[in-house]
Amino acid sequence: MVNFGYTTLPTHIHDMDKADLGLADSISFEDSSFNLCIACGSCTSTCTAGAFTNFSFRQMCHQIKRGENSQAIAESEKCMLCGKCTLACPRNVNTRNIIRLVRKANQTI
Amino acid sequence: MSKTVAIIGGGIAGLETSIQLEKLGYDVTLYEKDKALGGHAGKWDRLFPNRRHATEVIDSLTSRIKDKVQINLAATVNQIKRENGSFLVEANGKSQKADAIVLTTGFELFPANKKEEYGYGIFENVITSAELESMFSSNGKPLMTNGNNPAKVAFIHCVGSRDEKVNRPYCSKVCCVTAVKQAIEVKEAIPTSDVYCFYMDLRMFGPGYEDLYKEAQVKGVNFIRGRLSETSEMEGGRVLIKAEDTLSSKPLKMTVDMVVLMVGMSPLPSTEKLLKDLEITPNNDGFVQVKDYHLEPTHTEADGVFVAGACTGPNNITDSVNAAHTAALEVHKYLTSE
Repeated sequence: MVNFGYTTLPTHIHDMDKADLGLADSISFEDSSFNLCIACGSCTSTCTAGAFTNFSFRQMCHQIKRGENSQAIAESEKCMLCGKCTLACPRNVNTRNIIRLVRKANQTI
Repeated sequence: MSKTVAIIGGGIAGLETSIQLEKLGYDVTLYEKDKALGGHAGKWDRLFPNRRHATEVIDSLTSRIKDKVQINLAATVNQIKRENGSFLVEANGKSQKADAIVLTTGFELFPANKKEEYGYGIFENVITSAELESMFSSNGKPLMTNGNNPAKVAFIHCVGSRDEKVNRPYCSKVCCVTAVKQAIEVKEAIPTSDVYCFYMDLRMFGPGYEDLYKEAQVKGVNFIRGRLSETSEMEGGRVLIKAEDTLSSKPLKMTVDMVVLMVGMSPLPSTEKLLKDLEITPNNDGFVQVKDYHLEPTHTEADGVFVAGACTGPNNITDSVNAAHTAALEVHKYLTSE
């Protein structure tokens, strides 16, 4: 085949037809407070780890909901489990338990 | 002999219900716990969405009340008893008979000191939206405690709303548009000021509200999508605020001269006692439970007791006026069917 020097770019969109939502399903099955997030960012702005690293609990949850599981699992390692986010959350999301479930999923994969 | 209706609360809903019932030929006894009529709206400077003065609305209502309404000011209703198919309403030690009751007791502003991390009552330049209205009434502009104009003002949405940590899980509905209105007013009063709104969602549900939001954008009000996590005080009474800028997924900090907390509507504790007397259970949010949310929004489960205004949940003035009309008509139907 003639090489014209062109290539196709990998897609940058959320392809929800192909997204792996298995982790999202299993977390929301085990702790339905995962579903209650309204993306206010209180967790991230109060986060001890987030002040010095790019860790964002809110973003991690969103990654799981879009099937970006490997990124989310890597993110979860940055959490120090201090629990300040649990105190700040206006929807009573059990944030520390969500982190635990993400880490547990990583061990069982 | 004409029948008497007791109306508990002299805010928008109570005034409008009094006017309508008087027109229908009833004697009305209006109880107001404050020294003046008008409720919370009476203490407001200007109203959304058209920014007319609140006094215009209150004066129009009070001028339409005629002499068949007995107005009791500084009258706290302590007890309502049923007696031979009618009611005995006791206020300030004096009991009066009534054939029907309309509860228009309203709400209280969320006590902002319950969100201790926001610094209300601790840091001097953290104020509530109601206090900003008083500043507009008395000075025409906000002032820091040292008398200076604030150069940077942050409005914090949803204080005591959508927050399970303070047992206020519901949306207070009117604070979004109030913040946008006040942000425009700060910009107009102090054109050099920078104004920021920290929001989670902007709920512009009424006619003209979205226009007001657009006007704020045009006038340079900044909108940051993130909820305040905490404040701390800096030199000179300035306030450091922290939130996540959720649209760029980064924590954000900012030093401002003044923080305005958009306090939500909370159930009024003194209404609870009256509900007990009348054997009405409050709804999940602590407001008065109406009989049928869709079809009988001004009935309660208690016979002869009707309800209107923000004691049923967060309401704007239009909602209160509409409910007052409905309640007056329902009272009339109730008293003529006997």
